[in-house]
Amino acid sequence: MTAGMRLFTFAAPSRFHALAGRFTPWFWLATFGFAVAGLYVGFIVAPVDATQGNAYRIIFLHVPAAWMSMLLYMVMAFWAAIGWAFRAKMASMLARAIAPTGAMFTVLALWSGALWGKPSWGAWWVWDARLTSELILLFLYLGYIALVEAIDDPRRADQAGALLALVGAINVPVIYFSVRWWNTLHQGATISMTAAPKMASTMLTAMLLMTLACWAYAFAVVFTRARAIIVEREQHTAWVSELALAAKGA
Amino acid sequence: MRALFLAVLLRDLRLAARRRIDALLPLVFFVVAISLFPLGVGPEPQTLRHIAPGVVWVCALLATMLSVQHLYAGDQADGSLEQLLLAPQPAVTVAAAKCVAHWLVNGWPLIVAAPLVGVLFDLSGPALRSLVIGLLLGTPVLSLLGGLGAALTLGLRSGGMLLILIVLPLAMPALIFGAGAVSAVESGESAAGHYSLLGALLIATLLGAPLATAAALRISTE
Amino acid sequence: MQWSSPSEFFAMGGHGLYVWGSYGVAALLMVVEPWLAARRRRRAVHDAASAEIWKEAES
Repeated sequence: MTAGMRLFTFAAPSRFHALAGRFTPWFWLATFGFAVAGLYVGFIVAPVDATQGNAYRIIFLHVPAAWMSMLLYMVMAFWAAIGWAFRAKMASMLARAIAPTGAMFTVLALWSGALWGKPSWGAWWVWDARLTSELILLFLYLGYIALVEAIDDPRRADQAGALLALVGAINVPVIYFSVRWWNTLHQGATISMTAAPKMASTMLTAMLLMTLACWAYAFAVVFTRARAIIVEREQHTAWVSELALAAKGA
Repeated sequence: MRALFLAVLLRDLRLAARRRIDALLPLVFFVVAISLFPLGVGPEPQTLRHIAPGVVWVCALLATMLSVQHLYAGDQADGSLEQLLLAPQPAVTVAAAKCVAHWLVNGWPLIVAAPLVGVLFDLSGPALRSLVIGLLLGTPVLSLLGGLGAALTLGLRSGGMLLILIVLPLAMPALIFGAGAVSAVESGESAAGHYSLLGALLIATLLGAPLATAAALRISTE
Repeated sequence: MQWSSPSEFFAMGGHGLYVWGSYGVAALLMVVEPWLAARRRRRAVHDAASAEIWKEAES
């Protein structure tokens, strides 16, 4: 069996369900490992910042969360598109599993951004380009989730979601550009979240480790949710019935 | 293809002419919603002049979202949508025709009403001109995006709010450039950059939205 | 070690509210989210089992 064919066998929901179940504990392990390491470097090793004091340590959460929110949207759109183009149910289910986690990271990025903004710039919210784009990204996620949840027919939901996700993905650069434009017009000196303290190598290390932790976390949660979606959608199949009865101890 | 386009377009225009009240309701909403802002913000002319571009554009956006909800619902209810999609011509033709009809019926009243409302906000002559130009370029974009939203949410219970939620983020660039143009003119600068961006946005949306809407129509009617 | 005492660590030079407010919410979300996903899966399996038992009872 060629590698390509073997890859496609995981397109079967039953196989994905089993595979995801085996890998999830390892992802949790990785999450904790990277998080502990990242937090150690970020809080114990990295020094205080001259201008921002200790509040800057929020970036070890804020930046990875923001990256994940944007990355997950693209990944979600990718799998949704694959599901639409190849009528691959599993890909569509994966896209649906990713959406809530992406939204969660967006919320986290916004929340940590606000809590970073208050001590640094004096306001809970500054309409800078990146935070505003992040807010709009949250709306894109919520729109996708609302749309797929509102459609009862799974196939129509998958396809409509894929179209919306793709339209959203194409619009993300447009939206970001227009928000940047808007921001520079209305504020002389741009208060920017990218004006982070100059990165000491320890800070970079901590951010990298925390990003890896968020990655592993995303895998773990998305796989769990994907398994839930698979069982929900494939309820009528034999393998799910067997699995369910076995779980009930019947 | 042109025959189908014209047929759909004229049919929609004739239907709108028969139900003039329905066609004018979004316009009434537009004016009423705009009038809320001075009541909420206070009558100080300086403030009103400052917020006018944003207020007019946001209300135009919302009015468009409200009027676009029924774009395909009527056709689906009486079965004509299914017939249209069965035609040998690509569904893009139908989508494009519906959007043009919507813009002619719902977009133009907004463009005409905007300077009148702008006067209420004490906008200067050049600013009013900028408002109209911006809306001329922007309302087609809103109609196109709205059409896509309407096709995606066709027949869904929560259709209205859902449509607004999914289309508003996509419409934000138009809002930013359109309102920004008026603000620029108000502060004495040139709005040429804004117009170019709006124009580019219009072209891109003209190329992409009908295709996406056609796909959405097929998805929603299968 | 730059922190001379645990209380200093928690104070974060006066920014404790912001730092721990961020990480606290993060920890909360990253516990609730997986729990909800796992619960969704348990419910799905339960529903599938119930549906199967019904089917067998009716046949």
